Amino acid sequence: MEKSEFAVELRDVVKRFITPEGNEMAAVDHVTMQIRNGEFFSMLGSSGCGKTTSLRMVAGFEWPTEGEVYIEGKAMGHTPPFQRKVNTVFQSYALFQHMTVYQNLAFGLEMEGAKEEDIKKRVGRALEMVQLTGMDRRKPRQLSGGQQQRVALARALVKTPDVLLLDEPLGALDLKLRKEMQLELKALQQQLGITFIYVTHDQEEALTMSDRIAVMSKGRVQQMGTPVEIYERPSNKFVADFIGESNFLDGKIKSISKNEASVFVPSLNSELTGMPISEGLVKGEDVVVCIRPEKIHISDKEVVNQNMFRATVTNTVYIGVDTKVFVDAHGAKLKVWEQNRISRLDPKSFYTVGQEIWLMLMPENTLILKKD
Amino acid sequence: MLQRLRENKSAQGTLLALPTTAWLFVLLIIPLILTLVVSFGRRSPDGNVIYAFSFDNYIRLFGYSTDCPDGQASCFDPLYVNILGRSLSLAFNTTLLVITLAYPLAYFIARAHPKQRNMYLFMVLIPLWTNFVIRVYAWMMLLRKEGAINIILGWVMNALNIPFTPLEMLYTPGAVLVGMVYEFLPFMILPIYTSLEKIDASLYEAAADLGANSVKTFLRVTLPLSMPGVVAGTILVFIPVMGTFIVSDILGGRQVILVGNLIQRQFLDARDPTFGSAASLILMIMTLIVTYFYTRKFGFGEEIVVA
Repeated sequence: MEKSEFAVELRDVVKRFITPEGNEMAAVDHVTMQIRNGEFFSMLGSSGCGKTTSLRMVAGFEWPTEGEVYIEGKAMGHTPPFQRKVNTVFQSYALFQHMTVYQNLAFGLEMEGAKEEDIKKRVGRALEMVQLTGMDRRKPRQLSGGQQQRVALARALVKTPDVLLLDEPLGALDLKLRKEMQLELKALQQQLGITFIYVTHDQEEALTMSDRIAVMSKGRVQQMGTPVEIYERPSNKFVADFIGESNFLDGKIKSISKNEASVFVPSLNSELTGMPISEGLVKGEDVVVCIRPEKIHISDKEVVNQNMFRATVTNTVYIGVDTKVFVDAHGAKLKVWEQNRISRLDPKSFYTVGQEIWLMLMPENTLILKKD
Repeated sequence: MLQRLRENKSAQGTLLALPTTAWLFVLLIIPLILTLVVSFGRRSPDGNVIYAFSFDNYIRLFGYSTDCPDGQASCFDPLYVNILGRSLSLAFNTTLLVITLAYPLAYFIARAHPKQRNMYLFMVLIPLWTNFVIRVYAWMMLLRKEGAINIILGWVMNALNIPFTPLEMLYTPGAVLVGMVYEFLPFMILPIYTSLEKIDASLYEAAADLGANSVKTFLRVTLPLSMPGVVAGTILVFIPVMGTFIVSDILGGRQVILVGNLIQRQFLDARDPTFGSAASLILMIMTLIVTYFYTRKFGFGEEIVVA
């Protein structure tokens, strides 16, 4: 059979729940996603954004109220989980405590009716893959959190699914282990070439591992794209605010040309010029100018340049890698991250509260977003 | 002195265990020793205990008789052995039947909507608010010849024009079994429910995700994980059924005599505490043996308390 272009596809999927108060609530609200074969795809959002519900509809634990889920081009309808070629790594791991590690891994293969010899071979290989060789006789309880996580991963991978679904699988691990596992998971995914759909609320995790990310909020997809696209070209204020940090300045489009616009920003009492534009902006429109804190330059003296503003330092926070400088420019409060490039102990080499400085907003680093 | 106690963990443990130890000693160890001593004694003609060291009571319990039909000096009388055997098999049957009834009920309750769950549990517990003896009497009212069951059956048969003679249900082994099952059902439902309710719902999803349908999920995941509840329930049911005499007394009459009845009658009717003591100890040993082998194989179901 010809392989479908998309490993998983959600077409206009809606999932409504009845709340305990008896109201209807859409946990997933008209979501459409196309996940390509061999892709590491993340759904990113805070709790209640619909990411886990979307994943559970792919797994078959929930059925869409409206719309359809396709796996390998086939409409899933009400196909139960045990008849879908996808496997899940659960947030709680959901290991069978009454079985050994070996039995946990063998379970899924026994359900397929695999032969004992075959099971032995495949379980051995899976354990090797997650570096748990020799642990096969242990009970899950006798393993560390990280090891249990690997068992959960191996138990799903041993079935050689077309798509692996991961529901915040690293949530219970400590930071260091989590970072290690992020890279390991990514390497494993590239080595196996299996499609991974990964649910997380941790943006750094999503940016580190994913080929593409769907940023979700209130049951809707806010933006879908590569990590670079999501961070550098957030398509709306929510994404710009949710991924990383941003300064937002309210303004009005003063003039607009084919590829540039000038925006008057009342709080700065001046005009920002030469900024790149996105589609659908018109002259006179109320907009939000967005700029990342690390993309603002601070200067001690005025340089002749467009988009330069005088400002006062209101606070500084030294955090090792960066110094966070909070400034006030004519009443507009901005945050600026300055990398600590020079190793010095002299406090005078950093900005001090009350110091007068100049801010430079490079036009190519700014984004004009529609007002919500 | 206090300072030293604070540092000495094992002394602390001993001290903390002291009240329990004293309690057990006064209420369990001493009575047990007394029972043992009495069981080796002989009954005087006026019903008192003559202290001695004789195994007569035990020999008699296992069938040695001097009261023989055709002039023999001694012969085998199966009376008491039968009573012991009947008690054992009734306890086994009751436990099995209780498990078969309690498991689906507990499963149903554990899978019910959380709001309804408490109501179902409440319904399981309500009968326990009534006195044990009264509950057994209620069954007598249901089972006897002029009882509710026969009356209703009579109406039905009458309506169907089938001749009907009331069934003799009371004072049969079946009546005792029904009574026992009824009395001890909650003690099986509750531990099984507890262990089922503790199973993380994501385990069912994991099983389905790995390709198991609902039957396989039940057999491979649900059942093994709920076994601690079954084991705990079995202990809670088997031991009291072995010793109780009220159910058989009321629902079994003179037809179904169990060890419990035998012991009770030795103390209250036959006025032979020595033979009663021997029977008590044999009952205890039998129960211990069964429980020992059972728990060695399955544990105590402590997982439902600990895990």
